Amino acid sequence: MSVSPLRRLAWALAFAAPLAAATDPGIEVLHRERSLYRNIFVYEEDGLRCMSFTRTTVSRQSCLSLAEPSKLVFNYARMMMAAFYLNPAPRRILILGLGGGTLPSTFQRLYPSAAIDAVEIDPAVVRVARKFFAFAPGPDTRVFEEDGRVFVKRMQRKGTQYDLIVLDAFDHEYIPEHMLTREFLLEVKSLLADRGVLAANTFSVSKLYDHESATYYSVFGDFFGLKQNNRVILWRSGGLPSKSDIARNADRLETKLAPLGVDKTWLLPQIEVEHGWPPTTRLLTDQFSPSNLLNGPQ
Amino acid sequence: MPPLRQLLTYLIAGWSGYYVMAIELLSGRILAPNFGNSIYVWGGIITVFMVALSVGYLVGGQLSVFAPTQAKLAALLLAAAAATLPIVMVGEPVLDWIFNRVHDPRYASLLASSTLFFVPTAVSGMVSPYAVRLLATNLRATGRSAGLLFFVSTFGSAAGTILTSFYMVLWFEINQIFIGMIVISALIGLATMGFRDVRVAA
Repeated sequence: MSVSPLRRLAWALAFAAPLAAATDPGIEVLHRERSLYRNIFVYEEDGLRCMSFTRTTVSRQSCLSLAEPSKLVFNYARMMMAAFYLNPAPRRILILGLGGGTLPSTFQRLYPSAAIDAVEIDPAVVRVARKFFAFAPGPDTRVFEEDGRVFVKRMQRKGTQYDLIVLDAFDHEYIPEHMLTREFLLEVKSLLADRGVLAANTFSVSKLYDHESATYYSVFGDFFGLKQNNRVILWRSGGLPSKSDIARNADRLETKLAPLGVDKTWLLPQIEVEHGWPPTTRLLTDQFSPSNLLNGPQ
Repeated sequence: MPPLRQLLTYLIAGWSGYYVMAIELLSGRILAPNFGNSIYVWGGIITVFMVALSVGYLVGGQLSVFAPTQAKLAALLLAAAAATLPIVMVGEPVLDWIFNRVHDPRYASLLASSTLFFVPTAVSGMVSPYAVRLLATNLRATGRSAGLLFFVSTFGSAAGTILTSFYMVLWFEINQIFIGMIVISALIGLATMGFRDVRVAA
């Protein structure tokens, strides 16, 4: 997600002086919108079409490769695909946080018969995903425009179960704090079917890392932590699979995942049980959840 | 009224201002697990606090007509503290109960914040007009006393907002913050009542 300072400057200028942007060959702004919750920018550069929520720092929410739309642009999205190594045939999938709809679009292609629920708080993000990122929900995909925590609690009351739950509602600027607490994770856990997998896009740096790790551990016990610039947490209900099971599934999925740019030789070595936060780390709970403060500058 | 007693009246008004805004900020946290963080939830919360304060001002002004004493002002502080206790003690089951029955997030959060926060906020709202009456000794100085009182009370609100959102949530659990504030209200209230009361000149 990092961008060179020069790009950053060009980006800042693009918004400071819209006329200059038109002459800048690097970046083309396609859409900007002030939604209920944030600013949304859609722009193209280097053959990528991206969605961003801030203009000062270029932190991209979602990008689509214009030449190869099915390819996953972000590392974290490719890391998320390791969820299928843990459970190669999910039938019911829940995604919290839509962005450009990259994950639901990918899942629809990979598993055309899967029932997918995607939840996004911001109706404008859903509109932008449809219009600019080719997000086209199929007959078995439902999109809910509401708060993820409320949705999870509602499904818990209904007894709904999922084989794969993806948590992707955070970015580096803002964390919905009520979706990073022990109570929330317990609710999410209760929605997982037997052998159901949780895949969460989380933080790899900042003070928050320890708190987040300790909180996940308190709910799930051992989990896999895949670390690049983001960390993806993977967990399977009914026990983590063995390395050999994971490798076998990776073999089986190789041709299916290749078009996404997912390579098992890159992905497999990252799948390790994670430890290493101080045992006294304070857990994040509904009573104590200053995640944005903890994620701030150290 | 002796200067020290006047100071106490200002302290009560300032603390009451702190109390209301600290609760309002934390109310977002309390509702989030059930109703989320969407814009409707904040809309519901702020509406309820504004309505409660306006009712509090009205009632507080009326109450100040009948033999106002500083002890009764202190009793308002104690009453607000007592009305806050249910948030700590039965907040969760109440919110679950509403969550299971009301599915529209707008009305659910409106109902939830009314149930939990209306009474303590309304009682806190009674403090300011009542305190103005205690401070008003002659007609000419009334505006000045009221101005100073609004200054203290609103400044207290600002303090309650920044201390709670910047620091308290980083150090304490929400319920600990509530209990701490209830204890402070009780101490100020009881200490005030401990003074031998002075009738305010009619």
